[in-house]
Amino acid sequence: MAVKVIIPTPLRPYTSKKESVELQAATVSEALASLTTLFGDLKKHLYSDDGKLRSFVNVYVNDEDIRYLRGDQTPLREGDILSIVPSIAGGTQN
Amino acid sequence: MSGTALRISDALVRRIQAHAVEAYPHECCGALLGNDSEARREILDLVPLANRRNDSPRNRFEVTPEDVQMAEKKAKDLKLEVIGWYHSHPDAPARPSEFDREHAWPWYSYIIVSVQQREPRDTKSWRLRDDRAAYDPEAIESVAQSASI
Repeated sequence: MAVKVIIPTPLRPYTSKKESVELQAATVSEALASLTTLFGDLKKHLYSDDGKLRSFVNVYVNDEDIRYLRGDQTPLREGDILSIVPSIAGGTQN
Repeated sequence: MSGTALRISDALVRRIQAHAVEAYPHECCGALLGNDSEARREILDLVPLANRRNDSPRNRFEVTPEDVQMAEKKAKDLKLEVIGWYHSHPDAPARPSEFDREHAWPWYSYIIVSVQQREPRDTKSWRLRDDRAAYDPEAIESVAQSASI
């Protein structure tokens, strides 16, 4: 399936400043794997060292959070739009 | 120190500090709206946001993806972009914690305000290194008045 991935501003330095990337994928997992193969420097910002999507990385398929679908196994259809949306967190150590 | 200084008006710094004092002893948070180019990074407006960490607001803050999208829409309406985020450290220094680093995005400017006993102290800006290993301090260039938006 041909799908489009919308890249958030803080990650565009790692995608040659592209705002979106079109690629072929059957699931969200495949789409993100393909994206990080095309742009290797993205990987450390999307995935933690244990290979899991970082908690502050949110992925939407056509505006629906994949956590309410089938996670990264959510199937994709031709023309779907994936959005990577940051959440922001932090705080003092104690 | 990262290359380009972050320009921000004294008035906007005071607004960030006032938000930090108002939220004390909880952490405050908000979006930094402005322009970024190779020559200049400048904050021209703010979007104060609610701290969504209701379970631990004294030492944590969170901006939900919905709030991020709302801030991005406000920025777009003003022909600006979200170039960073601010938050406060109540009774703690204005430097990023390990928890901040673990949750940081690259490229954004992160302004931290230290509030000691309800008084604003240091206000500093930081940017995550590309390899995520640490933050670098970002110089703040304080200007009397921002360019109009």
